[in-house]
Amino acid sequence: MATTLDQIFILLRDWITGFLPQAWRPAAGIVLGAATIVCLFPALFALAVWMERKGLGRMQNRLGPNRVGPFGLLQPIADGIKSLTKEDIVPLNADAAVHLLAPVVLVVTVFMGFAVLPMGRNMVLVDMDAGLLFFFAMGASTEVAVFMAGWSSRNKYSLLGAMRAVAQMISYEVVLLLSGVSVVMISGSLSLVKIASAQNHYTGWLPNWYIFTPWGLAGFIMFAIAATAETNRSPFDLPEGESELVAGYHTEYSGFKFALFFLGEYLAMFSISGLGTTLFLGGWSAPLSILTWVPSWIWFFAKVMVSIFVFIWMRGTLPRLRQDQLMNFAWKFVLPFTLINLMVTALWRFMGEGWERWAVCSLILAAVFVLMGKVGMRREHLGPRSYRYAE
Amino acid sequence: MLGEGIVKGMLETAKNFAGSYVSKERLTTVEYPEERIAPIEAARVFPFLVYDGTDWESGLRCVACQICEKECPPKCIYIDKSKDKKPDALGKAQFYPSRFDIDISVCMSCQICVEVCPFEAIKMDNEFELATDDRFGGLLLDRKDLAKSNQYYHSIHPTEAAEVDARLAAEKAKADAKAKAAASAAAAKADPAAKAEGATKAKPESPMAGGD
Repeated sequence: MATTLDQIFILLRDWITGFLPQAWRPAAGIVLGAATIVCLFPALFALAVWMERKGLGRMQNRLGPNRVGPFGLLQPIADGIKSLTKEDIVPLNADAAVHLLAPVVLVVTVFMGFAVLPMGRNMVLVDMDAGLLFFFAMGASTEVAVFMAGWSSRNKYSLLGAMRAVAQMISYEVVLLLSGVSVVMISGSLSLVKIASAQNHYTGWLPNWYIFTPWGLAGFIMFAIAATAETNRSPFDLPEGESELVAGYHTEYSGFKFALFFLGEYLAMFSISGLGTTLFLGGWSAPLSILTWVPSWIWFFAKVMVSIFVFIWMRGTLPRLRQDQLMNFAWKFVLPFTLINLMVTALWRFMGEGWERWAVCSLILAAVFVLMGKVGMRREHLGPRSYRYAE
Repeated sequence: MLGEGIVKGMLETAKNFAGSYVSKERLTTVEYPEERIAPIEAARVFPFLVYDGTDWESGLRCVACQICEKECPPKCIYIDKSKDKKPDALGKAQFYPSRFDIDISVCMSCQICVEVCPFEAIKMDNEFELATDDRFGGLLLDRKDLAKSNQYYHSIHPTEAAEVDARLAAEKAKADAKAKAAASAAAAKADPAAKAEGATKAKPESPMAGGD
């Protein structure tokens, strides 16, 4: 029974494709899987928007939306109808074709990332050998879409927002990749399915997730920082800083195109949370060995939703960074620390089993963290500003 | 250490998040159309016209002196003075406003009309739910819309209304006394019929005009 429930989606797919001739089955299975992903994640997006608005409201001691449906649950539907019925405005001087293409490219590339994420035992659309690489490639292509949007709008705020977004995404892309590399070093595979199943065994009750190792914890924190920046979420939401850029690269978008950007942003959040879950949080494996009877896909989605909640929590807490702070943080702290983490991972790999590697690796990482935090992130004490005027 | 501040901040927001579910003090939201808090006594929105007695038309205190119309900074009051005179609440013949409109889309609730009115005829209301789907007609309140009883005035601004009533009563008493004195003086001087000219001079002007 437990295995049936665990594999219910696979069985369902096999049952449906069973009606087709043998030759069509693989293709039909892929189409079915893709259709499921395309339907499921927008539904989760609606839920996440509701969660975000409610959660932020509670953090600010407000109620949040509570008018449409019970507890405001139908609010995302109302919002969707609103944006669908709005006028689609294209600026007169905009490059109409690129302007139209940008949101589409964004959503498509973000959706592509889901193809390689294992969402449960055997539940992966394409089991690619270089799945991680494919995921990062797709994640990097979203930058093109963002810049297309900013460039084609012919608006200074759009362009500035897009430039900020690209600068930020490229800076943090490096960190995102390198923190993923340490996982690849240990698991010895670029396939996300193999990485997830490598973490699916237990020491006593406790799981062997990578986050429960010194290098894994450090890597996860760096990954989380980079993921927040990649998805343009607060505190790294400079590309859409309302106070200075109106809305950033999607200033000139309205109606459904804007909704697509909004969707793309949340889908990117889901996919990056899914990747973080797969790399560090054991993917679809249960947090305790006695809980393995719960279907694996429940664990995957539970972990993703918890990550989403942390994103929301951070948004409710932290103020927006300044551009120079953002870049300093990326290049002076996060990147060097990730590089050192790579070496610590190598040390961990070759020190062999035993408590010594725990002690040595933890000590190195803690010392480096404190030291780099003190030195690299030292606040510069600037004197009062002075101005020189032309005579 | 790096990150301490973030942890502290996250704990603070977590406290607020959880606290808003348990503590009524944190979650101060009043869900307006269903729940509402009573307006404070000093609350004021648009002006209204006070009438005495039960009939709004005959009881209006307004005598169409048009001071408020002239003083109104955004010029949102429109008054037409009547041609004839009608007895007011005290039975004295007065002009009355044959039209008294306030355009509340223009009115800025400054209360200047209330301050300049010598007859305590216009006061501030606290009724703010005046939204209408008729942009022009619906926001131009005529004298029937504006007329509200003295009892209503007492119910929304009790302290102020009591003061106003006391002032009006004092004025009335003063006017009555003056009228009585004038009447008795006239009666005394009525015997020598030759001095009838003086009696007309001593006649009181208006019971309320001398309000100070």
